[in-house]
Amino acid sequence: MNAAGNHGSLLKPAKLNTSIAVEIAGMNKWYGDFHVLRDINLKVMGGERIVICGPSGSGKSTMIRCINCLEEHQAGRIFVDGVELTADLKKIDEVRREVGMVFQHFNLFPHLTVLDNCTLAPIWVRKLPKKHAEEVALHYLKRVKIPEQANKYPGQLSGGQQQRVAIARALCMNPKIMLFDEPTSALDPEMVKEVLDTMVELAKDGMTMLVVTHEMGFARQVANRIVFMDEGQVVEANTPQGFFTHPQHERTKLFLSQILR
Amino acid sequence: MTMTEGDLAEIAFVRRATIAPQPPPTKMTGALGWLRDNLLSTPFNIALTILIVLLLAWAVPELVKFLFIDAVWNGSDRDACLESVQHREIGACWPFVWERLPYFIYGSYPISERWRVDAFFLMLAVGITWLLWLNAPRHDLGAIYFFVVLPISSFVLLTGWSTIGLRPVDTVLWGGVLVTIVVAAVGIVVSLPLGIFLALGRRSRMPVVRSLSVIYIEFVRGVPLVTVLFMAGVMLPLFMPEQLSPDKLVRALVGIALFASAYMAEVVRAGLQAIPKGQYEGAMAVGLRYWQMMRLIILPQALKVTIPNIVNTYIGLFKDTTLVFIVGIFDLLRTIEVARIDPKWATPVTSTTGYAVAAIFYLIFCYGMSRYARAMEARLAKADRC
Repeated sequence: MNAAGNHGSLLKPAKLNTSIAVEIAGMNKWYGDFHVLRDINLKVMGGERIVICGPSGSGKSTMIRCINCLEEHQAGRIFVDGVELTADLKKIDEVRREVGMVFQHFNLFPHLTVLDNCTLAPIWVRKLPKKHAEEVALHYLKRVKIPEQANKYPGQLSGGQQQRVAIARALCMNPKIMLFDEPTSALDPEMVKEVLDTMVELAKDGMTMLVVTHEMGFARQVANRIVFMDEGQVVEANTPQGFFTHPQHERTKLFLSQILR
Repeated sequence: MTMTEGDLAEIAFVRRATIAPQPPPTKMTGALGWLRDNLLSTPFNIALTILIVLLLAWAVPELVKFLFIDAVWNGSDRDACLESVQHREIGACWPFVWERLPYFIYGSYPISERWRVDAFFLMLAVGITWLLWLNAPRHDLGAIYFFVVLPISSFVLLTGWSTIGLRPVDTVLWGGVLVTIVVAAVGIVVSLPLGIFLALGRRSRMPVVRSLSVIYIEFVRGVPLVTVLFMAGVMLPLFMPEQLSPDKLVRALVGIALFASAYMAEVVRAGLQAIPKGQYEGAMAVGLRYWQMMRLIILPQALKVTIPNIVNTYIGLFKDTTLVFIVGIFDLLRTIEVARIDPKWATPVTSTTGYAVAAIFYLIFCYGMSRYARAMEARLAKADRC
C-alpha cells in the first residue's frame, strides 16, 4: 500500500502482495436457518479471471459479496491477498480498499457528479489531494470511454454509461482485485456490449477478476476458469474449453442445455 | 404513400423523412390554458374553484375593512379606538400596537440596553442569510459563524458580561419577539443534529445504542410538550437546590430542544429508510467507513428527501414556542396577552388587533420557511434529475 503518496502509481495496475489473490477455505454461510453457502473452497491466483455462473438463488452473488465482506460468513476462512477476513473492522477496511466491486444496479451516488463519484473514495479513503484524484478519475473515465460525461449526474446517463462509470469508480481506487456482480443483467440489450468490452480490456491488462455473469460468450473469451454453482455449492469448476465441451456433472449439462441453444 | 403501391403498404413501412417537432396547440398554453388545466379541469375541480372564490369574496373584504379601511391610525389612548358619532365602525387599533411595539419586541429588556437585542437580531439575520443563500461565498466560514461565533457572542451580548462593560440582564426581563426567536432558533439549531444522531442510533446495529435511542424517542414522543415544559420549569427547582438550578429560560430551551429532537429523529429515520441498500453497499465497497458513508453518501440524500418534513417539524416547533408561557416566560404571544388587558387601551378591538399582529408575525415566519423549503427542493431536484 504505497499508493497513497504517489498518484502516478494509481494509473498502473496494482501488484498483489502474495501470489494467491483470494483463498476461500471451507466457507459456510446461513441466512437464519437457510444454508446459503455450503463448504465453498476456491483459490484464485493473481491475474486469474474467474467466471461464476449458475441458476438464480445458487449463492454465486452471495459468495463474491463475502470476499469484500458485504456479507459475513459464519464458518471457514477467507483470505484476500494474504489478509484474513474476520470481525476485525481494520482488516475489513484494508480488504475493501484493495478490492473493487461493480454491482448489477450500478449503485452510483446520484447526488454527486460522475467525476465526484470517482474521486470520492480516493480523496477520503486514500487521502489523495483533490487535484490528483481528479487526474486519476479522468484517466479511468477515458479508459471506459466517457471522459466527456465527467460533469453530468448519473441520472443523466444511459445504463451502459452508468455501469462504465461504476467500473471507473472502482478502478480509481487502483484495486488489486475486481469483483463483478452480474454487471450486465440490468442493462438494455444494446448496452451490454459496451460494458463487456470494457471488462475485456481490463482482463487484457492482467487484472484479477471474479465475475458473476450469464454472458457465456464473455466467459469463453476471457475466463481462465469457470465455476458453476447450484444450491449454495460449487458443482463444477473447469477451464472454459473443458466446461463447455465436456461438462461432467448432470446439473451442469442441464444448465448448459438451457442457456446455450 | 399512395394506394397504388398496393397491399404491401399495409404491412411494410419505412420512414423516409423525420417529422420535425411542432409547437403545442394554443389551448394548452397561455392564461386560458392555465385556467383550464388548473381550475376548471373536472366538475369536482370546478365546484372547488367556485367554493374557494366565494370564501375569499366573503373573507377578504372583511379583513381589508378591519385592518385598513375602518382602522384607527392615530391616538394616544383608548379614546381614539372607541365608537363615536363620527366613527361608528371601529377596525384595528393601530396606535395601541404602535405604542406597545417595543414591549412586543423586547419585553421588559432595559430600554438603555435594547441596542444589544437589535445587534443580536442583525447578527442572526446575517448568519441565516449566509447559510440559506445558496450562492453565498464561503459556506464553511458561514457555518463556523452560525454554529460557534453566533451562539457565544449572542449569549454574552444578551445576558451581559460586566468585565467588558455589558450590564447583566436577567432573563426574567427578556420577552416578546426576542424570546420567541431565541427559543425557536435554539430548538431549530439543536434539534436537527441531535435528531440525526438519534435516528442513526435507532438504526444502529449496536443493541445498547439502539435501545437507548428507541427509549428516548418513544418516551419523549409519549409525553406532551406542556408536560415537558412544566417539569422543566416548575418541578425541577423543587428537587434541586436553588444555586444548582439553571435559569428558567435555559430550562425551557433545553426542554424544547430535547422534545423537538425526538420528532426530528423520526423524520430523519424516514429519510434514511428511503435510501436503497445499494447506496450503503456502494459506499462500503469503495472503502468508506461508517461515518464517512453517512456524511458523504447517505445523509445528503436522506436529508434531501426529508426537507419537506424537516421544515414541517420546524414550523410546528416555531409555533409551539408559544407554550413557554405556561412556565411564566414572556414570548411574543404572552406580551400581547399582557398588553391587551392594559386599562389604558381597553377597547372592544384591542384584543383582536393584538392577535392580528401575532397572526401576521407567525404567518410571515412560517410561510417564509415553507417558501424557502419549496425553492430548495426545486433546486435540488434540478441538480440530479433522477
